Amino acid sequence: MRGKITVKRDYYAGGLMLLLGVGAAVTGTGYKFGSLARMGPGFMPVVLGVVLALLGLLIAGTALGSSEPDDKKFLPDNPQWFGWLCIIGGPVLFIILGQYGGMIPAVFACVFVCALGDNTATYKSSAILAAGITVFGVLLFHYLLSIPFPLLRGFNL
Amino acid sequence: MISTAITDLYYGFGVALEPHNLMYCFLGVLVGNLVGVLPGMGPVATISILLPLTFGMQPVPAILMLSGVYYGAQYGGAICSILLNLPCHPPHAVTCLDGFPLTKQGKGGTALGITIIAAFVGASFGITEMIFLAPFLVKVALEFGPAEVCSLMLVGLLAGSTLAKGSPLKGIAMTVLGLLVGIVGSDIETGQPRFTFGITELFDGVEIIALALGMFGIAEFMNSINNTESVDLRYAKVGISDMFPSKEDLKKSFWPMIRGTLLGSLCALIPGTGPTIASFVSYATEKKISKTPERFGHGAIEGVACPEASTHSSVQGDFIPTMSLGIPGDTVMALLLGALIIHGIVPGPQLISQHADIFWGLIASFWIGNILLVILNVPMIGLWVKLLSIPYRYLYPSAMFFVCIGVYAANNDMFQVGETLFIGVIGYILLRLDFHPAPILLGFVLGPRFEENFRRSLLISRGDLLTFVERPISAFFLFICVVLITAQIYVWLRKPKIIAEEQAIEAQVRTTPYSELAG
Repeated sequence: MRGKITVKRDYYAGGLMLLLGVGAAVTGTGYKFGSLARMGPGFMPVVLGVVLALLGLLIAGTALGSSEPDDKKFLPDNPQWFGWLCIIGGPVLFIILGQYGGMIPAVFACVFVCALGDNTATYKSSAILAAGITVFGVLLFHYLLSIPFPLLRGFNL
Repeated sequence: MISTAITDLYYGFGVALEPHNLMYCFLGVLVGNLVGVLPGMGPVATISILLPLTFGMQPVPAILMLSGVYYGAQYGGAICSILLNLPCHPPHAVTCLDGFPLTKQGKGGTALGITIIAAFVGASFGITEMIFLAPFLVKVALEFGPAEVCSLMLVGLLAGSTLAKGSPLKGIAMTVLGLLVGIVGSDIETGQPRFTFGITELFDGVEIIALALGMFGIAEFMNSINNTESVDLRYAKVGISDMFPSKEDLKKSFWPMIRGTLLGSLCALIPGTGPTIASFVSYATEKKISKTPERFGHGAIEGVACPEASTHSSVQGDFIPTMSLGIPGDTVMALLLGALIIHGIVPGPQLISQHADIFWGLIASFWIGNILLVILNVPMIGLWVKLLSIPYRYLYPSAMFFVCIGVYAANNDMFQVGETLFIGVIGYILLRLDFHPAPILLGFVLGPRFEENFRRSLLISRGDLLTFVERPISAFFLFICVVLITAQIYVWLRKPKIIAEEQAIEAQVRTTPYSELAG
């Protein structure tokens, strides 16, 4: 067994579960545990946390035991950093602009930025799509369903 | 018993045919059919987006509409599989195998026609099953105390996580994670805030819509951005006149349809085995008993009829445990259960007697919805085929808009949008580590009720854990749990032999997207 220790994805998977489980169990000890007959709020978190941690160990353990090669990497073959950034950026802009600007800028920015994430998208195509969705969204959600979300904050629309 | 069922059904039709309810049922199946056709959109994400919009509605139309999305999507999903060879909806992945070769031979219309017939046959049987079985299950379930409910939920959780695709260990880990996410918020009995980290917005718990849309919306878009194959529309030309199958085709698919229907309805009754497993099992069976197995994979009409009938009968049958016991079998059912709870309806055995309008109205709406879907699909097939050509680069930004505004509209709170985004990123990491998100939702929905019943049953037994084994019904459920786990260990030890066959089919179907794999 000496020499090449290949890092498998399942080690990360097991490790993550272990971490989450221990974290939940430790946080859970901060609440009253109680007894079996009278369980406190801390009982389930601790028990489930321990179970999750054990499952994490098992996942990593079975990966260690199996001889099957696991050459899949954590990152996909062609990581889409820009695409991911766009998908995350859209909702972030939606939150910020929705809070301070209103529905129109929030929806437009969200769709525009998300659309840019595609390799073939251009500024123009994204802007057209965003404009279309904005019009549709305003009609549906503001006029038809009338959700309480001002179109433009500061203006009485 | 039959006469009461017919009286109740008659009442149900009265509810479902009220113009208001009928309209929402139609809207549901229409939207469902639409997202079913679109590659890259699933019923889970769609139902989550629509859920906040139903808050202002009466519970009956809301549930009718949301359920309509689910079975409507099954009709649309088959179109996508048969004409484009895109297994974007897991239950229909297996339909690609024979559906697409048929399309290539210019018989795509026939395949679609047979699909619609098979779907209707399967669904009809599934609904009939529900009419007779659900009230019977309720009678049994009314005897249940908290210990039995607890053990039954354990069966559901275990089956849902181990029978789904991927490693069963990881499935169970996801279920436990879901249970933990369900704990977030104030404790039911003491009001102690748990896992809230001082964030006031989390005191009411994690929003189910945020969880579903993060896991099945944002995480999915992150996975498929710039990663989708261009859609090949060369063969996708179908008119209404192509859709009527010849007598010979009908004759060939008659028995496969019946067999598929029966298999599907059986699968629906076992918690955790939804339409996806049903369709795979029935395809494998049909191939095995066929006199000409070599035709399968090269455009055998039986290979379309059987899994499709199986899927639809399983989809309708899926509602049985959800509506009669309050134990959902898969992700979509978990979501619908969440919707019931949001609308103030306590799921469980008392649902049918207390909310007869919902239960019987829902069953009647299944009939109406399925007829509507047949009507929608035959003349409008040209429109659906056109929809197939909408490229993904327009689809996902539009879907992101619906995700953001849907989550916001649930509580008019921007915090939820951030919560969804956070869950989405976590969901993507889990996906990359080969965790399937479906069991999380199941654990999340059942979690609080599981904890409540667990606490109560131990309170009654004064802390004696043996209560779960001493009560016979509860012991029986625990026995099933043991069987499930033993079976998994057995399969794991003898991996190559048993799994080989299943994998042979799966290898034929190109990499299926991971969403709703438990379904």
